[in-house]
Amino acid sequence: MSAAATAIRGRVENRTLIALLVALPAILWVASEIDMDLFMAFVLWVLIALRALFHENRAVARGTIAALAAWAIILPFFQDPTAGFIEDATLALAYTVFALGLNIIVGFAGLLDLGYVAFFALGSLTAGWFMSGFVASAGGGEGWSFLVGEPASTLPGIHMNFLLVIVIAVIVTTIAGVLIGLPTLRLRGDYIAIVTLAFGEIIYRVVLNGDELVIGGQEITNGRQGITPVDKVDLPFLAPFESLELRPWYFVALAFVFIALFVNYRLRDSRLGRAWIALREDEVAAASMGVPLVRTKLLAYGTGAAFGGVGGAFLASYLNTVNADQFQFSFSIFVLAMVILGGIGSIEGVVLGAIVLSFINNNLIPDVFNDYPSKVGLDFDLTELSFGIFGFLLVIMMVLRPEGLIPERRRQMELVQHLGAGTTTGVGEAEERTIEARA
Amino acid sequence: MNDEATTPATSSDGGLAGSPLLTTQNVTKVFGGLVAVEDITFQIPERSIVSIIGPNGAGKTTFFNMLTGLYKPTYGRISFNGRNVTGRRPDLIMKDGVARTFQNIRLFATMSALENVMVGQNARMKAGLFGSIFHAPWVTREEKAVDQKARETLSYVGIPESQHEQLSVNLSYGDQRRLEIARALASDPKLLLLDEPTAGMNPQESASLTTFMRRLRDERGLTILLIEHDMQVVMGVSEHITVLDHGQQIAEGSPEEVRQNPRVVEAYLGTQGGKEAEAGAAQRGDGGQV
Repeated sequence: MSAAATAIRGRVENRTLIALLVALPAILWVASEIDMDLFMAFVLWVLIALRALFHENRAVARGTIAALAAWAIILPFFQDPTAGFIEDATLALAYTVFALGLNIIVGFAGLLDLGYVAFFALGSLTAGWFMSGFVASAGGGEGWSFLVGEPASTLPGIHMNFLLVIVIAVIVTTIAGVLIGLPTLRLRGDYIAIVTLAFGEIIYRVVLNGDELVIGGQEITNGRQGITPVDKVDLPFLAPFESLELRPWYFVALAFVFIALFVNYRLRDSRLGRAWIALREDEVAAASMGVPLVRTKLLAYGTGAAFGGVGGAFLASYLNTVNADQFQFSFSIFVLAMVILGGIGSIEGVVLGAIVLSFINNNLIPDVFNDYPSKVGLDFDLTELSFGIFGFLLVIMMVLRPEGLIPERRRQMELVQHLGAGTTTGVGEAEERTIEARA
Repeated sequence: MNDEATTPATSSDGGLAGSPLLTTQNVTKVFGGLVAVEDITFQIPERSIVSIIGPNGAGKTTFFNMLTGLYKPTYGRISFNGRNVTGRRPDLIMKDGVARTFQNIRLFATMSALENVMVGQNARMKAGLFGSIFHAPWVTREEKAVDQKARETLSYVGIPESQHEQLSVNLSYGDQRRLEIARALASDPKLLLLDEPTAGMNPQESASLTTFMRRLRDERGLTILLIEHDMQVVMGVSEHITVLDHGQQIAEGSPEEVRQNPRVVEAYLGTQGGKEAEAGAAQRGDGGQV
């Protein structure tokens, strides 16, 4: 790549951005005359189409990603702030944070984690402990608060600032991630999945029966009843969030998604990202090339888990409860399904998978199609079948497009061309694969 | 035949008698009841090319795996560059300066040639989790330097620039072998372990690899330990040869000594193999007595 080519590329990119900046207000003005929901959907469709058609062109790719981010930022202004749509969108964004976290473990490092819900639980619990009236004995029954405004500061229990709780949740889940990583270090493939599955189940059982686990006169959790209410997010310089104005929640969730995206992109194209791929492809060769196995794997577990903590703490506040029923095994599978549906290891794919699945789960199934069975004379709600529907979707995906909606380049090769560890042998085989790739 | 190559490179140490870079003492590996490698004691002088030969299953690769930390020796001691590295982790041994290639090529298939070599520099890089996320200026510089060095190393082993961004699986077999060497070289090792590097190569390619090994020693001051079946390569390039059979060290010495050792002939050709051995020697074209 010559310097001149890079310069031209840079110029093209700037032009795209400027054009978008100039065009956006104009388009919006025109659009305000017509139906907004339809218009926003249309813009989204155009952007995704552009992204898909010109994924080879870096300038267009970056431009469309920037435009998609802008689209996500302006979206809530066209919606009723109390509407179900914003509510579902916020939930979808929180799930996206989970999916991006799991993507680091499963997608980048190739460690199949079936217990990701454990990090959601620990993040939520952190918020439950430090942002509610749950620890009633705190401050001698008067309550203890730190950097929070009224009314939380006057209530009993521990009330800490949301950002601080996020930091604690990140620390707690990172440690948990490393701890779950340790016993899996000597294992491979399926065995890792079994250990992580057990870990997720242990955390669920602990939360479920935590009301009978009393340490120093304090229960660990409220079990099925849940810790509720949990303080609303309270950010510096802003009024505490309310349950009727949902836009601020949406923006906080979106900010977390942006952070998760940033970390995903940066890690993918770094020394650590390369080490993860090397490890995934051939542990022996990776170790012999100077990749420390233990450290590299634990970093994947720790970073991936941290996003579980962030999402968990946010959801505790947003859903106003920390309830054992949220932390069942099926949620791990739900998040994993987002990653698989979108494309394992593909950052954009995972975002798409997360948004698609959470809208199917929170919107399509309960609101749109729920009464369809009764229309054809069957006596059940479609929501009872939701996991059956996800399973069916996954089966369809595995048959038609196993590499996911937006495949990651390497994974696609591994799946479609059966590449992977120790496949670089022999001229004949290499030729065979090249032919396969052309066909 | 390699006098002219040896003398300038190792003159300060007085030729072959250079201080040992790697020494093993009574290194033994037992798998269950099977003694794969028994009691190997040998040294590799600095800036030399040493070969390990032996029939299939003699324990050569097992021995390599112990040197690079993939296996822990059951008994014995390995020291590298004055440091005890017995049972040390493979990535740390790599960091100490021992790099290797594999008998059956083990490249990272879905990575480009360039990325493969960049992974090879992993041990020399500093960027950690936060460095990678926040991209401080020094991390950007490091990435650039690593990229630059990877390209230089690829060109050095003879992979043309047009192939740098190619996926490693799409390279020709010879280039894959070269890429493995480039990946090992990228970490600036002191000792390079090559496990059957000429396997599957034609005579011309083998010959050019032989020249390349000498170049590595002379230009980069590398010490090379070689497992090889191609006797022409072994006899041509090695200053010292160790012969393994059934996990035991049955002979060692200069190529000339090893060639004339009856135990070696027996190990390779069986006890009644005199005729074939002679034929083999004639085929080699070196007219050596067996």
